[in-house]
Amino acid sequence: MVDQLLNLSCGLFLLSAIGVLWRRELSALIALLTVQGLALTGIAVLLAVDHHSVEAAVVAVGVGLLKAGLLPWLLRRVLARVPGARETAPLVNVSASMLAAAALVLLAYAAARPLVALAPSSTARAAPVGVAVVLLGFFLAATRRRAISQIIGVLLIDNGIAAVAFLATGGVPLVVELGVSADLLLAVLVLQVLTTRLHAAFGDTDLDELRELHD
Amino acid sequence: MTVTPTLALYLPLAAPIAAAGASALLGRRVAAWLGVVAAASILAAGAALAATVHDGSNANAGLLRADALTAFMLIVIGAVAAIACWAGVHHLADEDTAGITTPAAARRYLVLVQLFLAAMCLAVLADNLGVLWVAVEATTIVTAFLVGHRRSRASVEAAWKYVVLCSVGIGIAFLGTVCVYAAAVAAGAHGTTALNWTHLDANTAGLDPDLIRLATGLVLLGFGTKAGLAPMHAWLPDAHSQAPAPVSALMSGVLLSVAFYAIWRYKAITDAVLGPGYARTVLLVAALASLAVAAVLLIAQRDYKRMLAYSSIEHMGLVALGTATGSRLAITAVLLHVLGHGLGKAVAFCGAGQLQRLSGSSRITAVRGLAGRHPTLAGALGLALVALLGLPPFSLFASEIGIARAGLSAGQGWAVAAAFGLVLVAFAALARNGAAMMLGAAEPVPPASAGRLRPAAIAPLVLGLAAAAALGISLGPLLMLLDAAATTVVGGH
Repeated sequence: MVDQLLNLSCGLFLLSAIGVLWRRELSALIALLTVQGLALTGIAVLLAVDHHSVEAAVVAVGVGLLKAGLLPWLLRRVLARVPGARETAPLVNVSASMLAAAALVLLAYAAARPLVALAPSSTARAAPVGVAVVLLGFFLAATRRRAISQIIGVLLIDNGIAAVAFLATGGVPLVVELGVSADLLLAVLVLQVLTTRLHAAFGDTDLDELRELHD
Repeated sequence: MTVTPTLALYLPLAAPIAAAGASALLGRRVAAWLGVVAAASILAAGAALAATVHDGSNANAGLLRADALTAFMLIVIGAVAAIACWAGVHHLADEDTAGITTPAAARRYLVLVQLFLAAMCLAVLADNLGVLWVAVEATTIVTAFLVGHRRSRASVEAAWKYVVLCSVGIGIAFLGTVCVYAAAVAAGAHGTTALNWTHLDANTAGLDPDLIRLATGLVLLGFGTKAGLAPMHAWLPDAHSQAPAPVSALMSGVLLSVAFYAIWRYKAITDAVLGPGYARTVLLVAALASLAVAAVLLIAQRDYKRMLAYSSIEHMGLVALGTATGSRLAITAVLLHVLGHGLGKAVAFCGAGQLQRLSGSSRITAVRGLAGRHPTLAGALGLALVALLGLPPFSLFASEIGIARAGLSAGQGWAVAAAFGLVLVAFAALARNGAAMMLGAAEPVPPASAGRLRPAAIAPLVLGLAAAAALGISLGPLLMLLDAAATTVVGGH
C-alpha cells in the first residue's frame, strides 16, 4: 500500500515537472509547482510512515508548509507586482522541449545508477525521478527568458534534490534539512527582492534586457 | 588573558553576530568600528586555536570543531576582514560625505557584512558537511544583498546573475552532499554523524566507490562554481566589480577560498576512497580553463575593477593547480597562496574603491597618471598589484614557486608549463594595465568628481601590504600551522 502510494507520488512529481516545460502561462506554472510541492510532501510523509520516524514526520510537515504553501504564495506575489509578464518566452518550442525532457529523464536513470545500486531500501529505486527533475530544472532555467521562470527553474532543481535526498537516504539529518529549508526560503526572498528591483531598474523583467555588464 | 579552546571556537561566530546586533542599535560610526573589532576577534580566535591545534590535534565543542586547517582559515578570514572592515569605516564615511547613502542603507550594509563574516566562520568551523553546505549557501544569500547594495541597473543585474548561477551551483553541491550521505549510511553510519567530516575521514573503507565518484563530480562542480573556477565563473567579474569595494575585498579575498576549503575537505575523503587520479583530472582541467579565461580577458580589459576580478580567477586557477597536485608541498604552497592573495586582493580592491570615488569612473583610461595626482594611493595600489603579480618580497612569489615545484616533482610538467605560460600572459596584461593607471599620461580633462583622499583611509592598505610582505620574508610560527593543515588535507595516504 505504502509502496503504491509512493510510486504514485513519484509519478506525480515527475509529471508536474514535465508540465512546467509544457505550459507557458506563469500562473499555470505556479499551480504546477504547488502540485509538485504536494507530491514531494507526499513522498516525505510516506517515508516517515515507512520508517516510523517522528523526526522525519516533522521534516515532512515543514516541507509541505514551505513547498506547497509559502513558496507558491511568494511567487504569486512577485507575479502580481510585475504586470505584463503573464507568459514565459521559451527559446525552444514545446515539442522540442518534450523531446529534450524525454532524453533528460533517460540520462537521469543512467546517471543515478550508483545511487540505486546502493539502495538501503526499495524506495531508492525511485531516486532517478529526483535527478530527472533536477535536469529538467536546468533545462527550464536555461531556455526561458523571463526572470520569474528562472526562479521556477531554480525551485525545480531544489525540489529534485530534496526528492533525491528523501528517496535515496530516507531523509538527510534534521539539522541539515532545517538549514536547507531556511536557506531556500531566504533564497526565494532574495529573488523576490531582486525581481522587484529588476523591475524598478529595467522595466519588464525580460532577461534579454540584462546587458549592462559584459567584456 | 588566555583564550580557552572552547571560547576560541565560539568567538568567531559570536563576535560578528554581536557586532551585527549592535549595528542595528548603535550609531553608525561606533558600529563600523565594532565591526573592525569583530574581525580582529576572528583573527585572535584563529591564532588562539592555532596555538592548540598546530600539532595536529582537534578542538571540539558541540557542532563546532577545529583542526589546523580550520585555524588557518580563521586567520585568513580574520586578517582580510580586519582590512576590509577598517577600509569599510572610511568607505561609509566617504559615502556619507558625498550624500549618496541613507542611514538605513549604511546600517543594512554593516549588519550584512557581519553576518557574511559569521557565515564564513561557520563554514570553516562546522564538522558536519551538511552544516558546511548551509553556511556556504548562507554566504551567497547575504552577499547577494551586498552586491545589489547600490541598486543601480548594473549592480542589480550583477546580483541577479550571482544568485541564479551560485544557487544552482550550490544546489549541485548539495546533491553531492546527499550522495556522500547515502554512501555513509550504506556503510553503516547513523543520523547526523554520517555527515561528520571526522567520522567520514576515519571510516573511508566502507564507502562505495561508484557513489563517491558521482559525489566528487557534483561537489567539485558545485563548490567550484562558488570558487569562481572556469567554466562556471560567469558571475564572478560582474559581482566582484559591482559590490561595494570592501565587500569585493571580502568576496575575492576570502569567500572564494572558503569555497575551496569545502573542496579540500571533500578531497581528503574522496582521495582515500578513489585514489587521487579522479579529482586531480577534474581540477587540472578547471585550473587550466580558469587560467586561460583569465589571461585572455585580462589582455583586453578596460575596467580596473573587472581586471582585479579576472586576476582572482587567475589565482583560483593556481590554487586549483596546486590542489590537483595534492602533495604536502603543493598544499602548503596553496594555503600560503590563499593568505597572500587574500591580503593583496583586499588592499587592491579597497584601493580601487577609493580610486573609483576620486575619479568617478572605473575605466583604466580615466585614471591615467594616478601617481602624479594621488601619490600615496597610487603607491598602495601599485604595490598591491606588484604583490598580485607574484613579485618578491610578497608571499605570492614564494607560493607560486612552491606550486610550480610541487607540480614538477609530481610529474605534471606539461600542466605546470601550460599553466605558467598562461600566468605569464596574465602577468604582462596586468603589468601593462597597472603601469597605464599609475604612470600613463594624464587625461587633459580634469576628472569629473574630485573628492578628497584622507590619509587615514590609506592606513588599512599599508597594514595589509606590510603583512603580505612580512609573510614573504618569513613565515615564523605560521610554518608549523601550515604544515599541520597540509597534513589534514593530504591525510596519511
